Amino acid sequence: MSVDQRVDSDHQLARLLQIGVVLEEVVEARAYRHYQSLAEEDRDLEADVEALLEEAATESARHRERLEELVDELDADSIPFEDIETLVEARYGRTKPEDFDGVLYDQLCNEETAYKFYDDLIDAIEASDAAFSLEREHVVDVLTEIRDEEAEGVEEVTRIMEARE
Amino acid sequence: MNTANQYLKAIYLVQRMDDGPAATGRVADSLDVSPASANEMIGKLEDRGLAEHEKYKGVSLTEEGITQAENALQTYCILERFLANVLGVEEFRNEAQQLEPVIDETVAERLDTIIDRADECPDCFDAEADACCYLAESCEGAD
Repeated sequence: MSVDQRVDSDHQLARLLQIGVVLEEVVEARAYRHYQSLAEEDRDLEADVEALLEEAATESARHRERLEELVDELDADSIPFEDIETLVEARYGRTKPEDFDGVLYDQLCNEETAYKFYDDLIDAIEASDAAFSLEREHVVDVLTEIRDEEAEGVEEVTRIMEARE
Repeated sequence: MNTANQYLKAIYLVQRMDDGPAATGRVADSLDVSPASANEMIGKLEDRGLAEHEKYKGVSLTEEGITQAENALQTYCILERFLANVLGVEEFRNEAQQLEPVIDETVAERLDTIIDRADECPDCFDAEADACCYLAESCEGAD
């Protein structure tokens, strides 16, 4: 047990990246589901909101792939991603957003949560002096790029929410 | 989860197991920190109105401290359940303890959306087993 916010091993780093993959999977599924259900029900959707949700799903898929590439290069056990994909799909196949503002608010939470996750992870890697089988600078660079895209996502959703007020 | 919340959770669980104030040594042991570090943090928790320390007896959480500790325990439960049920990790206790400091409550809430967690969480946490009772298979009336 440790109260220190740092990453000390390949295994721990891989696990955190795997959590990131699942988080992106969740975000991707939510954005996709919300996009699908809204497109069916609401023919007067504003184009920028549709574009936002579509882009969110695409971006999450891209982030997931980049995280998976990092995990593959680490000395760690693999996890059953196909099962996880099925599980996440099954969850979101049953849910629908309550209303339009709810969708935007949910998307804002998604982006903010992802930002917080990557920001904490970067801090924890930088606070550690452990040697990973991947170059630390490379991991931090990839995570920083992803985090910054999440920050842009937060700004974009906020902009649309403000415009709707 | 930040350090203060980890202490609150540890005090809460020791209090629950010992049915009274938590001895500083027990709190320090459960977090694998020195008694001096534990003392220092308990002082900070007192300053924030989250805990009360009585000499020779130990530390007890205030109402506000209990609420915060229960939230922290819930985050920990989500992590354990996520590791065990979603990622299929056998050593979920050790890994949850390692990851706990790095995973924020908001992140855990997102992970929670794919876990079937009981409404009574975190009351059903088995402190002795350091696991959600559904993972420790110690829940009363559980299958």
